[in-house]
Amino acid sequence: MDSMTTLASYGVLILPLLSFLLTGLWLGRKNWIASACTATFLMGLTFVLAVILALGYRTQILLHPELYPSATSVAWEHSWMTFGPGLAAHIGFYLDPISVMMVVVISFISFLVHFYSIGYMKGDKSAGRFFPLLSFFSFSMLGLVVSTNLIQTFFFWELVGAASYLLIGFWYTKPSAVAASKKAFIVTRFADAFFLMGMLVVGTQSGGFDFLHVNDPAAAVILNRSVGTGMFAFNLLSVSTVLIYLGAWGKSAMFPLHVWLPDAMEGPTPVSSLIHSATMVVAGIYLTARLFPLFAAAEGTLRVVEFTGAFTALFAALIACTQTDLKRILAFSTLSQLGLMMLSLGLGGSSEGGAVQTLAYTASMFHVFTHAFFKSLLFLSAGIVIHAIHSNDIRDAGGMRKSLSWTYAATLIACLAIAGIWPFSGFFSKEEILQSALKGGHYIALAAGLLTSVLTAFYMSRYFILIFHGTKRSHASEHGHDAHEGILMVLPVLILAVPSALIGWLGKDFFLAHILPYTAGASAAGISESHESGSFSWLVPVTSILIMSAIGAGWYFYGRKKWSAGFSEGQEPGWYRVLRNKFYVDEFYGFLVRKVAARFVATPANWTERKIINGAFDETSGVFRRLAIRLCKFQNGQVQVYLSVALLGLYALYWIGRMVH
Amino acid sequence: MCFHDSITSCMLTLTWVLPLASAAVMMLFPKDRSGLIRWFTLTANGINLALIVLLSILFIMHPPVQTGGTQTVLAFSANHAWFPLLNIRYHIGVDAISLSLMFLAGVIVFCGTLASWQIRERTKEFFILLQILAAGVFGSFISFDLFTFFVFNELTLIPTYLLIVMFGSGRKEYAAMKLNLMLMGGSALILVGIFGLFFSSGIHSFDMLELSQIHFDRSFQLWAFPALFLGFGILGNIFPFHIWSPDGHSSAPTAISMFLAGVHMKLGSYGCLRIAMYLLPEGCRPWMNVFLVLAVAGVIWGAFVAIKQKDLKYMNAYSSVSHCGLVFLGLAALNSIGLRGAVMQMLAHGFIAPAVFCIIGMIYTRTHTRLIPQMSGLMASMPFLSVCFVLAGFAALGLPGMAGFAAELNIFMGAFGSSSLAKVGAGLAVLSIIITAVYILRGVNAVLHGPALEGSHQLGDATFAEKVPLVMLLSCILVLGLYPGPISTLLDHAIQPILNNLNR
Repeated sequence: MDSMTTLASYGVLILPLLSFLLTGLWLGRKNWIASACTATFLMGLTFVLAVILALGYRTQILLHPELYPSATSVAWEHSWMTFGPGLAAHIGFYLDPISVMMVVVISFISFLVHFYSIGYMKGDKSAGRFFPLLSFFSFSMLGLVVSTNLIQTFFFWELVGAASYLLIGFWYTKPSAVAASKKAFIVTRFADAFFLMGMLVVGTQSGGFDFLHVNDPAAAVILNRSVGTGMFAFNLLSVSTVLIYLGAWGKSAMFPLHVWLPDAMEGPTPVSSLIHSATMVVAGIYLTARLFPLFAAAEGTLRVVEFTGAFTALFAALIACTQTDLKRILAFSTLSQLGLMMLSLGLGGSSEGGAVQTLAYTASMFHVFTHAFFKSLLFLSAGIVIHAIHSNDIRDAGGMRKSLSWTYAATLIACLAIAGIWPFSGFFSKEEILQSALKGGHYIALAAGLLTSVLTAFYMSRYFILIFHGTKRSHASEHGHDAHEGILMVLPVLILAVPSALIGWLGKDFFLAHILPYTAGASAAGISESHESGSFSWLVPVTSILIMSAIGAGWYFYGRKKWSAGFSEGQEPGWYRVLRNKFYVDEFYGFLVRKVAARFVATPANWTERKIINGAFDETSGVFRRLAIRLCKFQNGQVQVYLSVALLGLYALYWIGRMVH
Repeated sequence: MCFHDSITSCMLTLTWVLPLASAAVMMLFPKDRSGLIRWFTLTANGINLALIVLLSILFIMHPPVQTGGTQTVLAFSANHAWFPLLNIRYHIGVDAISLSLMFLAGVIVFCGTLASWQIRERTKEFFILLQILAAGVFGSFISFDLFTFFVFNELTLIPTYLLIVMFGSGRKEYAAMKLNLMLMGGSALILVGIFGLFFSSGIHSFDMLELSQIHFDRSFQLWAFPALFLGFGILGNIFPFHIWSPDGHSSAPTAISMFLAGVHMKLGSYGCLRIAMYLLPEGCRPWMNVFLVLAVAGVIWGAFVAIKQKDLKYMNAYSSVSHCGLVFLGLAALNSIGLRGAVMQMLAHGFIAPAVFCIIGMIYTRTHTRLIPQMSGLMASMPFLSVCFVLAGFAALGLPGMAGFAAELNIFMGAFGSSSLAKVGAGLAVLSIIITAVYILRGVNAVLHGPALEGSHQLGDATFAEKVPLVMLLSCILVLGLYPGPISTLLDHAIQPILNNLNR
């Protein structure tokens, strides 16, 4: 590593932090424009440094497999706290293909989101508070992806959660936003508690928290043992990895911990864009990928990963078909795509061994990569639409094609990308996921993936047609125009359209050559070979035809027959209502929290605290008080009573004296 | 040493003499000169804090080298005969544990003075009592003679009672009496334990360092340990003997709540570690499982009860029950990581709980209510206080980068590396971080967020005098949380003799 690259790696973390401190403590309160420009400039600089870092990493490490066989290195590391021999926490900078890829993606998208926010927050009187938080969010996520050890990951993991809490609840006078922020924090915190537990088990039992240590096959061997007895016997490795995975489960919003993500769109749209593409939700996928060798060594853990992913993908795609809120549709599409990424990571548990494992892993990371671009594009363009029609409801949109022509074009690209049409970016990554499912013989996952793809194509065409085609349905939409929104908001959308369209085609070979987990037996040769044989399989035409027909169906129903977004009052069939209400998962949690947890745990605890524990004290002191009142009766001022008591006492003393003798 | 030993030990003595002397001087002040009294107290406490900081710097420059034995090596020590007939000595000194708690006490007393700036009635009595309270705590932390320790410890009780009865709110008579009865009960147990140690040692000594070298009879240890541990545990807020604290905290004026939660309780957990565990290692091992169960019960119980509280002060008081439970969990781990975590949690909770009490007090002076349902949207009218509240709340729920996380991480790790019962306990205690998040966010969201109340825009944000303590406390929380390496190393050295004694 030359000094330039090392400097860049420091800068990538320090600049967003600097931006947070500068705008938060000083600029933001006085002059929001200055704070916005400073933050955007510093994020731009961060992106430049990220590119320098990536280039330095490529020339010095990636292209020298003889020096760095696993393409992994630690740029720098500083001690944070030492616990015992081998047990230490560091703050460091980890370099491997996926961390560098994430750093570039996060800084790029964060920069564009900062830029977009200048236009978006114009006129909002709390804009000065927005930019420091946005920078802090980016900082936390960058710190997370470059972690060298589990404790650093957890450290930034929680900061990401706190930042998202503050940003989702940014408009704090809005009760729904406040509720959503609390929900997001508590649901993810619930998962984090298990992550912490699993992390401590892995760290203390294997003797280290560093990824280089934990991902070493030796650590898995130490952990792979049975503990407990009888009914409570379990495999330590499986249990601890599933505990850690639970953290990822919450952060990446897998069913049934997905409930926070759709509500999180209560925050400002740029925040949604950041949460859904490069930060927050990807953290869970990233953690799973980061610990992939350990997970893969555990019995059954990757099966759990695969099935949560597959279920969530399908579940969310079904719900997305029925929603009428612009951002909510996108939120469920994110859930569904995250499901695909998880599913793909889980495929690594295949019995086929190395080749499929690496292909599936690569596919997942590739999908994280492409998804980041088109999903942030979708949210940012949705923000423009929302500004234009002053509503979040898709039923108020319609016919925006003429007035929002630039946004129209960009959204079209993103929709084609997420649907998976050749040659847009989503096609390549999704195809790889399905390929590896097929190769690994995971037919359930393959079916779930195919069905999800079809549903995605359908609801995205519904989304697209209802917004941009047809007739204008509300008064506000008559006047909206993307030129009104200004270049500040449209430009980032247009910039994002380029990678959304092309990055799949351009990045495919790079990913296949370089993104691989450093597991034993995985070789670059094996992957390219498997890819070569896979690329001509029957799957590609079949999927493409299915997706095309789903788009056709969407166009037929919503474009040609002019269906509206939902059923009119009273005509809704039961199954549709279940879908529209998101399978009533939120209601179920509401019941669980309000009725069960509050009524059967917290309230009885509070009652016991007051009546039993405090009551015991009050009772005891009451006994003494009553005793004292009784004894007071003797002290009544009558000489006769005093004299008789004294004589009685003397007599008692006499008797005691005699007994002692 | 760049200072002569006798000078530094005099400085150490000065830390309790100064508050006491300032109280004596203030008695001569006319009672209507409240401005003078306030500034005088603040100056005295400021000097005292500076003294402690200076001592800390000296300590860090030349930390006492622990010899690897079972006897703690003290810095700045002095040992004079005080009451030779009973072999009571004035033996003072500090190691990293007591010095860090001294620093905590210094900061809290200083901040508490500033937080009491608005007290207008009977100012003189208030500050005199506060100073006596402070003297008692400083004296306890430096004493290595059991009897002296006990005397200083008792010195804190009466002023606490008077301060709550005279300056408190709500059911203050009940709360003050309850607090005093419970703590006196604890003291009785401690006294029994201390006399037991004195007579069973065979050398008729109250000196902790001498006693640490004595091998006490096992049967003696088995009854003396629970007496001492529980006696200190009551003060340290152990479940189910925590009930003095929620009522006491809530009725006390802000500075006293800060003091009780931040410093006074720490005296209890400090006694558990320094006296009960250090001197009676053989009694400790069999009994620790019992206290482990109580600790975990407290962690979870406190959190659940906190969810149901409507009064912010009660919420924070039950949160203290939960966080002090973690201190005991760390102690019960009986390994270096756990013990270190326990001390760090004493410090962390010592800064966090007072910060929250301080903010609650400031909100109360503006809204005249502490009830969560009666408040809403304060963020708009008091941004500075609100940001501090959010930060302190994050610290309380153990957000990394804040003191609470660094401590909790050690405690959980220590417990996971200990006996199987401790592992199960740690697993349960980890889950409490979820419940903590629930009640903290519930409080923060309901008070700060939501639509602003009618007329709330006139309430006004923190004044300069109010900003100073908040900034100080939050800085301590952040420094301890962001950079815990140095202090944890120092604490490791101080814990080593105790651990060696436990493993003897």
